[in-house]
Amino acid sequence: MAYDLSFAKDVYENAEEGHWIKMCMQCGVCAGSCPLGPHWEFSPRQLFQMIRAGKAEEVLKSESMWMCVSCYHCMVRCPRGLPITHIVHGLARFAVEKKRADKDQVTRRFAKILWENMERGGRIGEMALTTKLYMVNGIPDGVKKGMEMKDQAMSMLKSGRLKMDPLHLSRIRGHAGFKAMLKKAREIEQKKRES
Amino acid sequence: MAEDNTASHTILVVGGGMSGLTAAVEAAEVGYDVILVEKNPYLGGRVAQINQYFPKLCTPSCGLEINFQRIRNNPRISTYTMAEVTHIAGEEGNFTVTVRQNPRHVNEKCTACGVCAEACTTEIDDPFNFDLSKVKAIRKPHMMAYPLRYVMDPEFAKSDAAKMLAEKCPVKAIEPDMEAKQIDIPVSSIVWSTGWTPFDASKIHAYGFGHYQNVSTNMHFERIANKYGPTGGKIVRPSDGKEVKNIAFIQCAGSRDHNYLPYCSRVCCLASMKQATYVRNQYPDAKVTIYYIDLRAMDRYEAFQKKVETDENITWIKSKPASLEENPNTKDPIVIGEDTLTGERYATPYDMVVLATGMETNTALNAKVPAKFVSYDEYGFIVNQGNGLTASGCSTAPLDVASAVQSSTAAALKAIQTVVKG
Ligand SMILES: Cc1cc2nc3c(=O)[nH]c(=O)nc-3n(C[C@H](O)[C@H](O)[C@H](O)COP(=O)(O)OP(=O)(O)OC[C@H]3O[C@@H](n4cnc5c(N)ncnc54)[C@H](O)[C@@H]3O)c2cc1C
Ligand code: SF4
Ligand code: SF4
Repeated sequence: MAYDLSFAKDVYENAEEGHWIKMCMQCGVCAGSCPLGPHWEFSPRQLFQMIRAGKAEEVLKSESMWMCVSCYHCMVRCPRGLPITHIVHGLARFAVEKKRADKDQVTRRFAKILWENMERGGRIGEMALTTKLYMVNGIPDGVKKGMEMKDQAMSMLKSGRLKMDPLHLSRIRGHAGFKAMLKKAREIEQKKRES
Repeated sequence: MAEDNTASHTILVVGGGMSGLTAAVEAAEVGYDVILVEKNPYLGGRVAQINQYFPKLCTPSCGLEINFQRIRNNPRISTYTMAEVTHIAGEEGNFTVTVRQNPRHVNEKCTACGVCAEACTTEIDDPFNFDLSKVKAIRKPHMMAYPLRYVMDPEFAKSDAAKMLAEKCPVKAIEPDMEAKQIDIPVSSIVWSTGWTPFDASKIHAYGFGHYQNVSTNMHFERIANKYGPTGGKIVRPSDGKEVKNIAFIQCAGSRDHNYLPYCSRVCCLASMKQATYVRNQYPDAKVTIYYIDLRAMDRYEAFQKKVETDENITWIKSKPASLEENPNTKDPIVIGEDTLTGERYATPYDMVVLATGMETNTALNAKVPAKFVSYDEYGFIVNQGNGLTASGCSTAPLDVASAVQSSTAAALKAIQTVVKG
């Protein structure tokens, strides 16, 4: 049976740090180092092997690369020096770009909400973020969760750990510059993609 | 050989391990003068510390004794033990080397009668057993040491007790005041065979060597299995002396790893297979597990692997363990990782774990040759240039004994060519 290398090549060239996957020697250190190890469907080692074996759908539809908590254990230990954490995040993004990632994947949803919140004010608006996250599974569920946490929220408000800003109106100083920076970064990304 | 009054015809061999011994006797036996310089108080190098060597599992004496005899019978070889080369000047055909010889505090009159050691009450860590046992401060360097002469610990030599021991020696061989000597020697060519040092396993943080008592290394294990070793050859674990009935070997501990030694050390797979036989021969019911990335029975050694593989009590797991932990109550080391053939995670306790550490060349550590005489590869091994200084054995690559001997025979020929060219 001939191998179809087209998917592997696509990943090597177009996924963030994807070219490193060629270097993996399948030793298993990454899998054994991951605190979430047993909960992944595929370990990093397995993902890398599946990429090399051309299993495009299985990889792109997998939840595995969304499980990484960025603890960097695998990355510091990998004997071949693969930037595994970055590769795994890169694969998640690659799956989004290929329109294969599940829209309801919880990490993906969380990441999106977090990012939008951060982009709005230039820093996290905790109150708005928490409210939004509580409501992801519908308003009744969100209200219930909010009530459960109300004492904690009150004491955080009192001690100044939580700012009263339910509409998320606060902005960092130099917010315009921050926006310009993001715009520029996106342009650079876009150019990289086109070349 | 034609005599020439201007240039020396002598070959200097640095390092008296299997490689240096080979180069020295090969050159001397065809009529060339050889000076052999060895840092330890004995010849034989790392092989002397090995319990049995693959593939035939004979004791090191079978390879070493014959070389010692050839040296003893050959007046062309002058041996300096406890000596190092501190300076090299000149060029091919006309070198001057400076050799520093540290004091042994025991002169050549010593008959190895052992009266001194018996009388000595001070003990030191025994370097030959990697400090795993104690030895008298005046001692035979090890059981089959050549030259067969005692040696005194330099710190102890400063004590009054040392002076009292000197009185006890029936042949007046003990000299607590002996001083270091420095000698300049003209030589024609140089063979550099300074060998290797076991990779320092304590650098591999995730494996806990030095913290977990029952995590050992392969070189320590050679001593543990040896009848002159710290446990008299009984394979028991360090924490409580319990018989080792369930043991794991971890391959590539520090080798093939960009954090440590990036290269394959080439002998450690075979060394673990060999050490598995030590355990299995001693305990017929013992279980052995070997964790590996891929097994490398280099060169012609696959037959040895096939033989070891027939033992059903040996399990092979294709996995580089991620980390080790220790059960605080039993002191059992726990090996943690992913079995790459099944994808399953494991956390398995053993009586003892042996880290198959690799070889670091001494030319990258404390036996460096000045760069103007040699070139080095990226790991510190010497790449020979054919300019009168020829490296051999583990100064050129991680090698097994047979390959080290081959490389050293070749080096002897190179050295002779320089002498003949004049
Ligand atoms: C765990 C283990 C088990 C092994 N078992 C086997 C086996 O079963 N069979 C096998 O074929 N191989 C085995 N090997 C490999 C074997 O040990 C080497 O092939 C052998 O030691 C090479 O000999 P050498 O002379 O090149 O180096 P060495 O044995 O290291 O000898 C070098 C000598 O040079 C001396 N020296 C160092 N620096 C200086 C200096 N600056 N000046 C003067 N002298 C110096 C040293 O004191 C030493 O005497 C094993 C290796 C390991 C790690
Ligand atoms: S630790 Fe590195 S080399 Fe080993 S399997 Fe994981 S990615 Fe591959
Ligand atoms: S010989 Fe085996 S244990 Fe040693 S570095 Fe090579 S593969 Fe690893």
